Amino acid sequence: MNSRSASNSGKDISEFPEKKSFLSIFKRWESVLVILLVMVVIVNTNLSPYFLNKNNLSRTSSDFMEIGLMMLPMVIIIITGNIDLSVASTMGMSASLMGLLHNYGVNIWIAAAAGLLLGTLGGALNGYLIGRTKLPALVVTLGTYAFYRGLAYGFLGDQAARNYPADFTFIGQGKIAGTLIPIPVVIFILFAIVFALVLHKTSFGRYLYSIGNNEDATRYSGVPVNKIIFRIYLLSGLISAIAGLILAARFGSTRPDNGTGLELSVITAAVLGGVDIDGGKGTLYGATLSLLLIGLLRFGMGLLNIQGQVQSTVIGLLLIVSILFPQIAGAVAAFRNSYTKKKILLAILGFLLVYIAFFVFFFWSRAPIVNII
Amino acid sequence: MKTKPITSKLTASEAVKNILWELIRMREISTSIIILVLAFSITLRAPSFLSANNILNIMMNISILIIVALAQAMVIITRGIDLSVSSIIGLVGMMVGFILRLYPETPIVFVVFLGMLLGSILGSFNGLIITFGNVPPIIATLGTLSIYRGLVFFYSQGTWVNSYELPISIKLLSKGTPLGVPNLILIAILIALIASYFLKYTRTGRDIYAVGSNPDAAHYAGVRLNRIKFLVYLISGLLSGLAAVLWVSRFESAQTNSALGFELQTVTAAVVGGVSTSGGVGSVPGVLLGALLLGIIQNSLNLIRISAFWQLAAQGLLILFAVISDKAITERVRRIRK
Repeated sequence: MNSRSASNSGKDISEFPEKKSFLSIFKRWESVLVILLVMVVIVNTNLSPYFLNKNNLSRTSSDFMEIGLMMLPMVIIIITGNIDLSVASTMGMSASLMGLLHNYGVNIWIAAAAGLLLGTLGGALNGYLIGRTKLPALVVTLGTYAFYRGLAYGFLGDQAARNYPADFTFIGQGKIAGTLIPIPVVIFILFAIVFALVLHKTSFGRYLYSIGNNEDATRYSGVPVNKIIFRIYLLSGLISAIAGLILAARFGSTRPDNGTGLELSVITAAVLGGVDIDGGKGTLYGATLSLLLIGLLRFGMGLLNIQGQVQSTVIGLLLIVSILFPQIAGAVAAFRNSYTKKKILLAILGFLLVYIAFFVFFFWSRAPIVNII
Repeated sequence: MKTKPITSKLTASEAVKNILWELIRMREISTSIIILVLAFSITLRAPSFLSANNILNIMMNISILIIVALAQAMVIITRGIDLSVSSIIGLVGMMVGFILRLYPETPIVFVVFLGMLLGSILGSFNGLIITFGNVPPIIATLGTLSIYRGLVFFYSQGTWVNSYELPISIKLLSKGTPLGVPNLILIAILIALIASYFLKYTRTGRDIYAVGSNPDAAHYAGVRLNRIKFLVYLISGLLSGLAAVLWVSRFESAQTNSALGFELQTVTAAVVGGVSTSGGVGSVPGVLLGALLLGIIQNSLNLIRISAFWQLAAQGLLILFAVISDKAITERVRRIRK
């Protein structure tokens, strides 16, 4: 564990340009993602004639922009070795407050500003509790995950807010004049550029990596760690609120359960993009690529009429395999050097048999009932 | 041999003080204080809170939570987390439901064992990718959370197993009262006793703490890290499988979205009960108190007539409050102690 973080810090804090050979491209996770992306595009284009349709792509791209927006601060938070499980709830909370005010007849822009303010306050509460009182991020954001979603239900109850004016829904449904580029995509790209610049080109960004690698050492070097943690959670609250407003504008309505469960998609996108869950490692380019990959994969599966829930299975498998894959070489080497080859082989065989038996049972037990349907 | 006269040097008041400090130092005390204060203030507003009926009701509601939260606690003690428990409950519950629908005559003992077997297979898969695949637990179980839940949909093609399709035997598994108390509560108590013995008095149980508090030291002391980690995910799967059968029994149905979001409740119960997410700390009584606190919060919000829509917010706020005050109490105690 120690050796691992040490090697991390060596590699990532001082990112001096290395000499590059052709093969070293494959060492970078981003390149693997690009290859996967190309494969997904090729396979999907062959499977469905509608995949490369401009209108379809335009429509589907805005579906992922809320996840994408929330992913930006999430990447930063995970890089510092923390996590924010409350993003989707913050999103629902801000959108619901806006919807509530809109239902009372308040001007939509004032309502939206109130929503943004509440989201930012929510982020500030997370940041205060994590940065100041030193409670673990997982615990705090688990609590606010329930609290903020609860506020969303409290605001709107079983009602929905509807009939937003056209200038507001334009944020979610509009396109840049004369093109097929949806406004949410533009917003995402702008934010992504700002985040990438801050994370990769400023000293603030360097501090984030250094907090993730060794928080205590960073604190002793005079970096205001608590303040930085507070700020990034505040930012996360604000961006989640923006994502909530975009979702409301896109749907043209707000319900308190808007975006439930999105936090897991957000984390999946970040981690699949090569952001190390233990902190200190990862880039925004990788995360953005993985967002694109997940988006296109889901879109392609949707065109093939695969159920949404089954799609999640594929994304989940992709997440695990993507992390498992780089470990295989090491595992093979360890196996070659081990003295207990026979035992390991037997264990592998045993587990394989168990899983095969499981799936035999799985299909056997569902067959009679599914066949009737 | 002469015994050292340590006790004689202490005055009576000092001895009492020491015992009090020992009590306060126990993590469970702060949770208990919160529970007592909460219970007291609820009883002022709604005296029916302390009725036998209501207490039984709370116990029924938290029994399944206790079973899974204990497993979750073991995982968290090793510095891991198992987010897939809810999907394991969903998948195993659905498979058990299908079997019961096809063969209503299946002996209930067999059904329970089948559930635990299926659960442990799913849990072992988590364990394998985490130990031998070297995947961080939160990622691995986040992945299997969606994989297993997706399998539920694939398995049932979106259909449910309804109450009328289930035999009476499964319904009686949790609701029968051969010993005067519903079985479900007894099962939860039994599991808690076993878990308590396992964690306190068996070598493997102590190894779980060792792995969590200092993996390197544990490794040098001859603890097989991977074996212990694999084991806790296996146990987590096993208990989730048991919980799945009980879930089908208690709610008399197997639905595609059974237990959706339950994983966060189990983590909350464990953490509120004093299990530290940085590993090595946690106890069975603590987890029981954590689950009880959640159960009381849920129950009391109904009793003092908080609108259903505000309940989740109140729950979240109380959880935050519980966690913060727990932290404050332990900090204060540590400072005075110095």
